[in-house]
Amino acid sequence: MSPLLEIRGLSVRFDVGDATLTAVRDLSFDIAEGQCVGIVGESGAGKSQTFLAALGLLAENAKAEGSVRYRGREILNVPRRELDTLRGRRIAMVFQDPLSGLTPTLRVGRQIEEAARRHLGMNARQARAKAREMLETVRMPDAEHCLDAYPFELSGGMRQRVMIALGMICRPDLLIADEPTTALDVTIQAQILGLLAEMRRELNTSIVLITHDLAVAAGLCDRIMILYNGRLMESGTTSEVFTSPKHPYTAGLLASLPSLASDPATDLPAISGQPPDAFVTTPGCAFAERCLQVMDRCRIERPVLAAHEGRHAAACHLNTK
Amino acid sequence: MLRRMLAFTLRRLVVAIPTLLAIATASFFLMRAAPGGPFDTEADLDPEVLENLYTAYGLDKPLLEQYGVYLANVLKGDFGPSLVYEDFNVTELIAIGLPVSARLGVIAMLVALLLGGTCGIVAALRHNRLFDHATMTMAMTGIAIPSFVTAPILALFFGLYLKLLPVAGWNDGAAANMVLPVIALALPQLAIIARLMRGGMLEVLRANFVRTARAKGLPERQVVINHVLQSAAVPLVGYLGPALAGIMTGSLVIELIFDLPGVGRYFIQGALNRDYPLVMGIVIVYGTLIILLNLLSDLAYAALDPRVRRTYR
Ligand SMILES: Nc1ncnc2c1ncn2[C@@H]1O[C@H](COP(=O)(O)OP(=O)(O)O)[C@@H](O)[C@H]1O
Ligand code: SF4
Ligand SMILES: [Mg+2]
Repeated sequence: MSPLLEIRGLSVRFDVGDATLTAVRDLSFDIAEGQCVGIVGESGAGKSQTFLAALGLLAENAKAEGSVRYRGREILNVPRRELDTLRGRRIAMVFQDPLSGLTPTLRVGRQIEEAARRHLGMNARQARAKAREMLETVRMPDAEHCLDAYPFELSGGMRQRVMIALGMICRPDLLIADEPTTALDVTIQAQILGLLAEMRRELNTSIVLITHDLAVAAGLCDRIMILYNGRLMESGTTSEVFTSPKHPYTAGLLASLPSLASDPATDLPAISGQPPDAFVTTPGCAFAERCLQVMDRCRIERPVLAAHEGRHAAACHLNTK
Repeated sequence: MLRRMLAFTLRRLVVAIPTLLAIATASFFLMRAAPGGPFDTEADLDPEVLENLYTAYGLDKPLLEQYGVYLANVLKGDFGPSLVYEDFNVTELIAIGLPVSARLGVIAMLVALLLGGTCGIVAALRHNRLFDHATMTMAMTGIAIPSFVTAPILALFFGLYLKLLPVAGWNDGAAANMVLPVIALALPQLAIIARLMRGGMLEVLRANFVRTARAKGLPERQVVINHVLQSAAVPLVGYLGPALAGIMTGSLVIELIFDLPGVGRYFIQGALNRDYPLVMGIVIVYGTLIILLNLLSDLAYAALDPRVRRTYR
């Protein structure tokens, strides 16, 4: 049986004036049915663009290459009409900033109802009842009142609940949550993550959690994929990645987690320096400039990782010595 | 918030008073500073008759006194007699001309809004493609050429050359007579509106909430209608006041070119013949209208934002 989402050789490039910026570089991995996968990396690593590309939501100046299959069916660069039967119905996406992500001129209820009316053939009354039910599912206080509110009238946490209700209303197979808690304070963050876990349990939805925070991913995900400079650096189960990181970059990220770095004596030095420029492509390992274990070979030969093999693996020459 | 809107309206109305006073004052003294007088055209008037005329209309008094008397009368709602159209007072002339000008202006405005808005929307949806480049080039031309240049060209081509439409005249507002003046008046505003609407659309089409709408699986038509248009129209609504002002002032010349019996014709005739009360009356009435329309446009602008609209309930 083919995986839920199968990404092969995905690249995303942006035309910026005369130059070309590469945000995603030849990425391959699978999302299996029922899994919760954390996509982790620094800001600019290409996390968002990977999934925007998969859903055909890239900006106008972007081009995607490669292949993305949903249940075996190619969905990359297919006509809009084909995408529209999939988006919101089978795959939903929840975005980082729910204030700019919700239409300011429309009431929240209307925005939640839309997908249900479109995909489930509901009439206005049914869709409204469904939207109300969804708001209760995401634990929105005073759901009825909220239906008639405009986004600006809600708090950040409430807006994110609206976003999740909106994404989940058609019970998609896959929910892509792009930094769903980054804009929220810690308590609300925990509530939203709890909510995602519950959704997954009760509705059996697969989840992709995009985050720059390894700790957030650890709380929710079965598997973790580390992205750097548009490439996959490490992939494995959450416990594999946490207990025995195979990539120096992952080790650096783990070291900079507050709870693990509490003992100054064993403190690994945090990763210094800047991630490489998205405009240039080096022949070797993208992490070489910042890697403390860099070898001669690292600058000439690019280490590769094929994550769809499903085992714990890293794109690093240290593993193939 | 509703109280704040009321306060805003009141404040604007209060500020309008000195503005109008300044307009009245400036036009009063500018008219008087212009060489010549109201009865110059009747060339061989007896000096004595002329003097009598001046006394009859109070034009022999010191300028400042005339100014004071004039303002006092205007406050009472009396714009005085016309000096050129002897049997009419200014209020009557404006009452005759305004329906013609208003009809012309409203139709031109609707044409500019509907056509300009549509062109802007389609250009944005065809961003960087042929339609977009073509409309924007035409819009640039439309903005650059004033209506008093397009008007005679239109009249020459469609009226004299193709003989499709009447070159001039009102003919009780017959549709054929309206076409050319409406086009001439509407074109510059149409062009500006098309550019504004396109700009608004392009900006909103990039917004995060549009991506959310697309992620729901809505077809693009529904995305645009439900999620884009209202926000994209905001800059346009803010321009409605200035657009109407542009059409009103443009109409003054267009009516003369197409020989339409609107306020504009009286205004130009009045100005050429130094019909002081007539020109002043029209300036004050138009000034008031433009200020009010601008205020309305600003209120509509604010009302497009649900943050404000919400408070009306
Ligand atoms: N419309 C665009 N034009 C040019 N570059 C873009 C555009 N959108 C994103 N990028 C670039 O793509 C890279 C990856 O972005 P993204 O996937 O959003 O990173 P993140 O991992 O933080 O989600 C960044 O360098 C970003 O600047
Ligand atoms: S390949 Fe070399 S440079 Fe890259 S992470 Fe491994 S050791 Fe460091
Ligand atoms: Mg991102």
